[in-house]
Amino acid sequence: MQIPIDTFSLENGLVVTLSQDNTAPIVAVNLWYHVGSANERAGRTGFAHLFEHMLFQGSEHVGANEHFELVQRAGGTLNGSTWLERTNYFETVPSNQLALALWLEADRMGALLPAMTQKKLDTQRDVVKNERRWSVDNQPYGTWWEKLPELAFPEWHPFHHSLIGSMEDLSEASLEDVEQFFRTYYTPDNAVLSIAGDFDPAEARKLVEKFFGSIPRGKGKPPLERIEVPSKFDTTLRSVVEDDVSLPRLYLAFRTPVFGSDGYYAASVTAAVLGMRRGSRLYRALVRERQIAADATAFTFDLAKGSDLLIVDVTARPETSAEQLENEVERQIDKLVKDGVTAEEVGRAVALIQTDLISALQSASERADRISMFATLLGDPALVNKQAEKYEAVTADRVNSFAREYLGTDNRAKLLYVPRKEEDASNAAELAVVAAS
Amino acid sequence: MTVATRPEPGPAREYHFPQFVRDRLENGLNVIVATVSKLPIISVVAVIDATALADEKGKEGTAELTAKALREGTASRNGTELALDLEKLGTSIEAGADWDSTAVSMTVLKNHLSEAFQILAEVITAPAFGEEDVERLKAERLAERMQILDEPRGLADESFSRFVYADRARFAEPMSGSTKSVSAIRRDDVEAFYRKNFLPQTMTLIMAGDITAEEGIELATKAFGEWRGERTISPINADTPARAARAVEIVAKPDAAQSEIRIGHVGVPRSHPDYFRIVVMNAVLGGLFSSRINLNLREAHGYTYGANSYFDWRRQSGPFVISTAVQSEVTAEAISETLKEIERMREEEISEDELTLATSYLEGVFPIRYETTAAIASALANLATFGLPEDYYDTYRENIAAVTTRHVLNAARKYVKPEELQIVVVGNPELIEEPLKALAFGPTSMREAEEA
Repeated sequence: MQIPIDTFSLENGLVVTLSQDNTAPIVAVNLWYHVGSANERAGRTGFAHLFEHMLFQGSEHVGANEHFELVQRAGGTLNGSTWLERTNYFETVPSNQLALALWLEADRMGALLPAMTQKKLDTQRDVVKNERRWSVDNQPYGTWWEKLPELAFPEWHPFHHSLIGSMEDLSEASLEDVEQFFRTYYTPDNAVLSIAGDFDPAEARKLVEKFFGSIPRGKGKPPLERIEVPSKFDTTLRSVVEDDVSLPRLYLAFRTPVFGSDGYYAASVTAAVLGMRRGSRLYRALVRERQIAADATAFTFDLAKGSDLLIVDVTARPETSAEQLENEVERQIDKLVKDGVTAEEVGRAVALIQTDLISALQSASERADRISMFATLLGDPALVNKQAEKYEAVTADRVNSFAREYLGTDNRAKLLYVPRKEEDASNAAELAVVAAS
Repeated sequence: MTVATRPEPGPAREYHFPQFVRDRLENGLNVIVATVSKLPIISVVAVIDATALADEKGKEGTAELTAKALREGTASRNGTELALDLEKLGTSIEAGADWDSTAVSMTVLKNHLSEAFQILAEVITAPAFGEEDVERLKAERLAERMQILDEPRGLADESFSRFVYADRARFAEPMSGSTKSVSAIRRDDVEAFYRKNFLPQTMTLIMAGDITAEEGIELATKAFGEWRGERTISPINADTPARAARAVEIVAKPDAAQSEIRIGHVGVPRSHPDYFRIVVMNAVLGGLFSSRINLNLREAHGYTYGANSYFDWRRQSGPFVISTAVQSEVTAEAISETLKEIERMREEEISEDELTLATSYLEGVFPIRYETTAAIASALANLATFGLPEDYYDTYRENIAAVTTRHVLNAARKYVKPEELQIVVVGNPELIEEPLKALAFGPTSMREAEEA
């Protein structure tokens, strides 16, 4: 299956991709800015995400919250999200509302600052602090999002710190930070705009030129100081977190080749062999046969720079101790490294991935988002059409040599959640990092 | 440097919900096929009238356990073989039961459809229900119970249902059963539930995607044509309210970082003639991002990451719920602001502007909701489950557009009942008990955050 993709750039550096599909009268607009929590300066953890909230607070010709209202009134859906390496903004609207969606995105890319006020920043800071309480602090295992990268990347590394940010750093964020971040990163030459669905290509191009064409190019963003890390941990890292949970849970991470590389596809298929659905190794062995786990999955983090992570996530059954969980999971990994996988296992994993791929591409917003992703992270939007063949090319041999290289005890980081002991119930969870070998 | 004038929309292109064909096999099984041939993919959903309301008293959770046990083996394959046989075809079967149906579903590429479909039919018509498998599924459900009780959101939802519905009403108990009720279920209960509720007459088989009506009906006839069974069940009453007056319950979680708040009461059944008016009213009150409650609690006050309201639509009366999580210190203030919004909704007509925001949103997103074969199949499953008219999706947008500001006011006055509101807060009692009592909203009780 091939998606049509037409790519061009404006003079100001904005990369634009068009992917036409007229089956339904809807169109998705998707904008990736190549900036994420990795670009935050020291003392400003959480700022990239707080900034994402500010992009819904109006711009020169759009009132506060009007962005949401105008898109919903047009019959559209919308949102934004922040990740380590990027921030994206997207809306899907009836196709006769394409101009509105583009105009809204252009207005905040070109003229955000006139609408920024201290009061808006203060309110969104409170909203984000509540988002942190809701998704991290008041959620069992919710801190894993920050504790795992903290364990897996050294302190100086851009992926080490929390994406949602600390309460202290969120309190420090100022309007000057907003201005500086905007001028540095929210520029057309640091963005990819994708349009997918029902539109006339000539007209869409005209609209893009009209709304985005006069936005000036940026002055260039500072490079990430250091991003490269050794391809493996060279040890087993281990950290134990006491949390308000009843069941132990293990997150076992391995450093793996970055998103988009050949090694990435081997890692991704290995993750599926290990933990995708009920026929996977970990599910069969730990949930069904040994019955020591309530659930078992594995996936990649999809980081395109430095190092990616393959993560195994297993929750214990009530009668299983944390220690037993840890031992049994590692035994399964050791077994895979030692004995390898079969062609059938790889076939199963690749078949599931292929169905998910086609299933996802039914939606205009998914098509636009994936095209933006490949254009932003790997500089080639057409890679969206090469995924099926890249996965099909992964053989049992490739999985086995990947496993021997990356899944050994010299490349493991274990984040183990254990039920808080009663007498410690009033103490905050402490993170203890211990190198076990 | 940006363009100051907001662009106006051009003429809208027409959209129609995919056409579908209905058939009924000799054994009473209903078949619906919607041909959507954009990509070589098909979604299949079997909806069966085997619901959590058919759970035996004291064995709540049997419907869900039965649905899950379908995937654990058939007459000719054990559970592992079943999973592997499907997964090498790039698919897997999802199965679950709720208040109004059991749904068994899969999405599969066209070249694997006939083989996968055969396995799906086997799962539905010839499950093995091995003793060991049922016991393992029970143990998994009990582990899940512990996780739900650890989790403030799930705990709040569950506590709210218990508080709002009368003890004897099925809706008061968790849909998938409690620790006690699941522990009481035996393998034979699962088999008995299956025999009583899984029948061709109670099932609708839906196929949506790259398949013609003839192909779909032929597949269904081949795989399900010989299936037989007799229906023998009687529905129970599940939606009796706990009380008619306001009341507040605090579920104590001393270390909670936030308060999870639920406010509401028993709502109305899905078949209600004012359905569309209630949907539009709720969109303005708390259904949309730009709703009154969200703009107040989040955007004006910064109390929360989000607040919303919904009517949980079931065949019997599901709850009307306002749901949010706020910083502990502002729990009482957030509740006061919410109550103000409820009053305002019932006092005066909303503006024409607010009305059209809700109606044009609901009309506009309609085609966006049905982009995938799975979404189309699930919409058709709702037709079957709730007995909606055949032209329901063709007339949906007209019905939304016909709602007026007067209709919305009347719907708020009739179906949102300030005098019957129940409030449940999961949070830190030290920070919230006094302020909540000071609200003097209604009698306030407190219990520990453990299974009732």
